[in-house]
Amino acid sequence: MVSLTINGKVVCAEEGEMVLTVTRREGIDIPALCHHEAVEPFGACRLCLVEITKKEWNGWTNYVTACLYPVEEGLIVQTHSSKVNELRRTILDLMLARCPNSPEVRQLAADHGVTQTAYEEMPDADNCILCGLCTRVCERLGFNAISTVGRGHHKVVAAPLKEAPPDCVGCLSCAQVCPTNVIKYEDDGDQRRIWGRTFELITCKQCGKYTITREFAEALHTQRDIPLDYFDLCDECHRKELSLKMGSIVNWSREAAS
Amino acid sequence: MRIATPQQLNRLQQECQARLDRQERKLLVCCGPGCLANGAQKVSDELKKVIEKNRLKGFSVEALKETGCHGFCEQGPLVVVEPSGTFYTRVKVRDVEEIIDQTIRKQEIVERLLYADPATGKKIANYREIPFYSKQQRIALRNIGQINQCDIDEYVAVGGYQSLAKVLTTMSRQAVIDEVTTSGLRGRGGAGFPAGRKWATCAKADDYPHYVICNGDEGDPGAFMDRAIMEGDPHSVLEGIIIAAYAVGAHEGYIYVREEYPLAVVNLQKAIQQAHEYGFLGENMLGSEFSFDVHVSRGGGAFVCGESSALMKSVAGEVGEPRAKYVRSVLKGLFDKPTVLNNVESYANVPVIIDKGGKWFSGIGTRKSTGTKAFSLVGRVRNTGLIEVPMGTTLREIIYGIGGGIQNDRPFKAVQTGGPSGGCLPESKLDLPVDFDSLTEAGSMMGSGGMIVLDDHTCVVDLAKYFLAFLVDESCGKCTPCREGLYQLHALAVAVSEGRATEADIEKMERLSDTVVLGSLCGLGKSGPNPFLSTVRYFRDEYLTHIKDKRCPAGVCRALIRYEVDAQKCDGCMACIAACAQHAITGKKKELHAINQDTCDRCGACLAVCQRDAILVI
Repeated sequence: MVSLTINGKVVCAEEGEMVLTVTRREGIDIPALCHHEAVEPFGACRLCLVEITKKEWNGWTNYVTACLYPVEEGLIVQTHSSKVNELRRTILDLMLARCPNSPEVRQLAADHGVTQTAYEEMPDADNCILCGLCTRVCERLGFNAISTVGRGHHKVVAAPLKEAPPDCVGCLSCAQVCPTNVIKYEDDGDQRRIWGRTFELITCKQCGKYTITREFAEALHTQRDIPLDYFDLCDECHRKELSLKMGSIVNWSREAAS
Repeated sequence: MRIATPQQLNRLQQECQARLDRQERKLLVCCGPGCLANGAQKVSDELKKVIEKNRLKGFSVEALKETGCHGFCEQGPLVVVEPSGTFYTRVKVRDVEEIIDQTIRKQEIVERLLYADPATGKKIANYREIPFYSKQQRIALRNIGQINQCDIDEYVAVGGYQSLAKVLTTMSRQAVIDEVTTSGLRGRGGAGFPAGRKWATCAKADDYPHYVICNGDEGDPGAFMDRAIMEGDPHSVLEGIIIAAYAVGAHEGYIYVREEYPLAVVNLQKAIQQAHEYGFLGENMLGSEFSFDVHVSRGGGAFVCGESSALMKSVAGEVGEPRAKYVRSVLKGLFDKPTVLNNVESYANVPVIIDKGGKWFSGIGTRKSTGTKAFSLVGRVRNTGLIEVPMGTTLREIIYGIGGGIQNDRPFKAVQTGGPSGGCLPESKLDLPVDFDSLTEAGSMMGSGGMIVLDDHTCVVDLAKYFLAFLVDESCGKCTPCREGLYQLHALAVAVSEGRATEADIEKMERLSDTVVLGSLCGLGKSGPNPFLSTVRYFRDEYLTHIKDKRCPAGVCRALIRYEVDAQKCDGCMACIAACAQHAITGKKKELHAINQDTCDRCGACLAVCQRDAILVI
């Protein structure tokens, strides 16, 4: 265990934990758009910048991203100092210039006092803030169907050659994790359309509800050894079947006892 | 042939030396990139042909050497005759017969090919007496221009791999680290981190395996020091890497060479193969227990891959994007293992430090920045080229002493050091000693050693705009402040150069720069606003002139200037009319020409072709 001071309060943390994990546990609100528990911290959006110092640093301070900075004994953290707020505001201002139409970015910027960007708005702007969550989640799941393409201001999230990605299984993880809801998909009957591809959804044999795509089921089968027929039922029907089974076991044991 | 003991190495050195001594004289042709571009290969081929044809006594083709960059690129192609040091400049194929006939056969000097002192016009025969060379001290560049580009025998003849033998047979790992620590060697790639301390941390890390990496991703515009070393003396880099590997206990290493240096890749690969043949690489090197191998890894053309963590990702086959270095790469680097990464020039210094001792090295330069530093001196300076001087040499000495002052005796305006993320230093800083700390204090940085000299025809706003555009292009785009901040900073610089900005915009740029510096993830972003910050620090007035007076004092920013014909000087030669792509100039032969301001796009082609200085920039 190490002890550190956050906004004047001494708190304890496990060694190897990141500052952001501790501040969240403490209920301190720090914005972080590129952070998600499912993937490794990345440090791209820079909104979780905090001011750190130590007694032995003799007044020298540094600005680091809380998501990536491991806790240290004696660390003194300020999450909302005036300088930190100023940096966060400018970064949100820059984000707003990039995504002027994103409701999520607009709201977050407004929360920090920025309602109109001071900078040149990007022509043909979309709502992607390039946090890289979608590509990292895709990589983490072992599909690597999409990635960031290009560099700097021209960087975009795309599939190889900007065509329909052959490795996509239509699991929707990218769309679910996107903080600004840029990734669009469409479920229409037993059809799912995402990234320019159309997938067939499996129909639950019991209730007829649509579950996951056939490609995703096959991927889970090969990756994690889940039997293919498991996907014949939806989650709900699986639970139903389980409870019926449990009930029959209980009944049987009662009968046996009497 | 494998060399298994230091004694065998000594014998090999004697043999190689004897082979070199068989030739009374040596003919060195500079085959560095500058001279090659000017036709050095043709000169060398012609020399070979003429030597073979003439069959001179005591002089065979063996005496002809294609060397790495000799440094004085301005005067290339260069041909040097040793041991006399006779120095021929701007040699053409048609001069070859004369050089062989006069200098080699009759031992006379071809006067017209000699270097002439620009001040006195006096011809100087021996290059060692030319100020460009006499004021330099070469350690990292010691062999370049003296030996064949990649011939291990010649490297061994001048004492090569002796330091490696010394290290492997007589020194402990700690002793090597101590020697480098004593030398005070600081990383030549730009950050200036003490190499000894880096090596010591890596050696102590108890996570295995350890790796060594050589950073040859020299991407600064106008910098070519590392290129010259990798192309001209690859074995010195290799020897330095092997010594570092021994010191930190690494058995595998990588040399990361930027995409644009194909010759460096070829020469390094040749050098690695030769070193394998002699047993300087591979299993049980020089009969010791130590084994090490090194691979060449080619970059993909991204500037950001010169940043250590991005470089390591690129070596590992991932996208070259930096990561936060709160856990340093010396503990968690390549493949998440302890890694020592140094620059090409740093490694090239190591064999000399081992040979002559860390104490000797620390006696050169200043107390905190020891040794020498190689610079590529370019821009509006008379003697452009590759130089190496002791740390602490003043900018004035480099630009006026070695560089010979500004071209056409124009006034000096500024010098840009440290590449795109470095800064501009004005005339008042000319007496600044060039070392890591002084340059940082003055708002610039050492960087890898690019030095671009500017005269009064350079507009600082235009310069900042250029470097910002470079950085916007090369930012990896991972973090918001660098990707968006530099883009907006560039947009504002463009507004200044077009007279659209206000004074408040300058303050906005300064505030934005502050966020980019403090908020960015890696060194590229953190130093990205430097081109703006250092120019606005020293040339604020020039920014204000663009904003308030809508005027570009240097006559560069297109939106704020116009070209006009000087009625007194124009003789109606029609050269400008032919040069103008916009057909904006009218006039007849021997009559006064006129420029139509509506169609003129201010490209400056008329100014460049006018022989009579009759185009005015207003």
